[in-house]
Amino acid sequence: MNSVISLNGIRFLVLVLVQVLICNHINFMGYINPYLYILFIILYPTKNNRSLFIFLSFLLGLTIDLFSDSGGIHAAASVFIAYARPLILRSSFGVQYENYAIKFDNVEFGSKISYITFLTIMHHIIFFSLEIFSASKIILVLQKTLFSSIFTILLSILITIIFSRKT
Amino acid sequence: MQQIINFIIRNKTFLLFLLLFSISILFTIQSHSYHRSKFINSANFLTGGVYNTANNLSQYFNLKSQNKILSEENNRLKSLLFNSNNTTDSTFVDSTSFNKQYKFTSANIIRNSYAGTDNILLINKGIKDSIKEDFGVITSKGILGIINKTSTNYATVISILNTTSNISAKLKKTDHFGSLKWDAKNPNITQLTDIPKVANIKVGDTVVTSGLSSIFPKGINIGIVENFELDQAENYYEVNVKLFNDMTNIEHVYIIENIDIEEITNLLNSN
Repeated sequence: MNSVISLNGIRFLVLVLVQVLICNHINFMGYINPYLYILFIILYPTKNNRSLFIFLSFLLGLTIDLFSDSGGIHAAASVFIAYARPLILRSSFGVQYENYAIKFDNVEFGSKISYITFLTIMHHIIFFSLEIFSASKIILVLQKTLFSSIFTILLSILITIIFSRKT
Repeated sequence: MQQIINFIIRNKTFLLFLLLFSISILFTIQSHSYHRSKFINSANFLTGGVYNTANNLSQYFNLKSQNKILSEENNRLKSLLFNSNNTTDSTFVDSTSFNKQYKFTSANIIRNSYAGTDNILLINKGIKDSIKEDFGVITSKGILGIINKTSTNYATVISILNTTSNISAKLKKTDHFGSLKWDAKNPNITQLTDIPKVANIKVGDTVVTSGLSSIFPKGINIGIVENFELDQAENYYEVNVKLFNDMTNIEHVYIIENIDIEEITNLLNSN
């Protein structure tokens, strides 16, 4: 149990630092940045105290907001995907996830991709609608969502493969 | 009462989600309105410290280009100084004894940002260096933004690349003034609106600050006219201005304090 807490604590800190010091400054093609910190929400253990999980996601988003002067947009998007995660888990992995805890290192590759894709796109749509905050610029929102999502999904899958501890 | 408590316990996850989500939306709405007090800003001990440490490392990578910019500025100032005709009285060498209106402080950008729609920069000077809200920030090439929040050692700057920013600017040639805004599309192009139709405007004209807002002195460079067209009502020009500054590569900045600003605002408020 202790190792779970320390692992997630370290993951929280490392992801925040990677996000604010590296990912926020990539600006590929002028504006495309990956939002890697949502890996914390993606990889959080599935058997959990839900209120604590939502609160931790809020804290994660708020920390990123603090660093990037963006009000509460990261926090809003993170809280939303943390709340919606059980739904996505069920649609990606089937009902089996409710019976026993999923080990993300051992799941089928296809369902893992669809799980990460759903969560990322949901996060990015909320994030960019709140960032741009104008209904007349809906094209810009969708454009940014599309390109940043591709970037985030590719990096997330790469990182989960590199750091997986397959048994 | 029992039922209300039962309801809260049953839906506690959803209620927690709703609470946290509305808090974040509240912060977001606050951040979209200019100069509202907000708790979430990066001018504090923790974030400022992290960015300062990171910047101490990363500033070595662009030492060469920054040195080039500074030496270009030195070159320009030297040529101004030695080619000016008025011989200054050498008894007034001590510049602090002048009764001057603007006071300059140099600072370093420790976090640059230009990819979002509301870009905010962080500089390494704060209340300790008597930096306050609403001071102007410029670089050697042109204007950069206005100070928003300050802490002991750091301050945030609302960049001109921010959809809430609104700076008074004018055409250098004809003195017609309008307001400088940004449409969040290109970090090199800003929009100058409300230039009257009678202005004789041409591509390549210089745009400078107007000095009407008492934040910036008159005549600080902003950019050149890239193209222009009449707005829908056909009374005013909408002008795209190409900035002199390369907003993606900024390190050394100057903060301008207008010493007379209190007097000016008092005078304006008394009317």
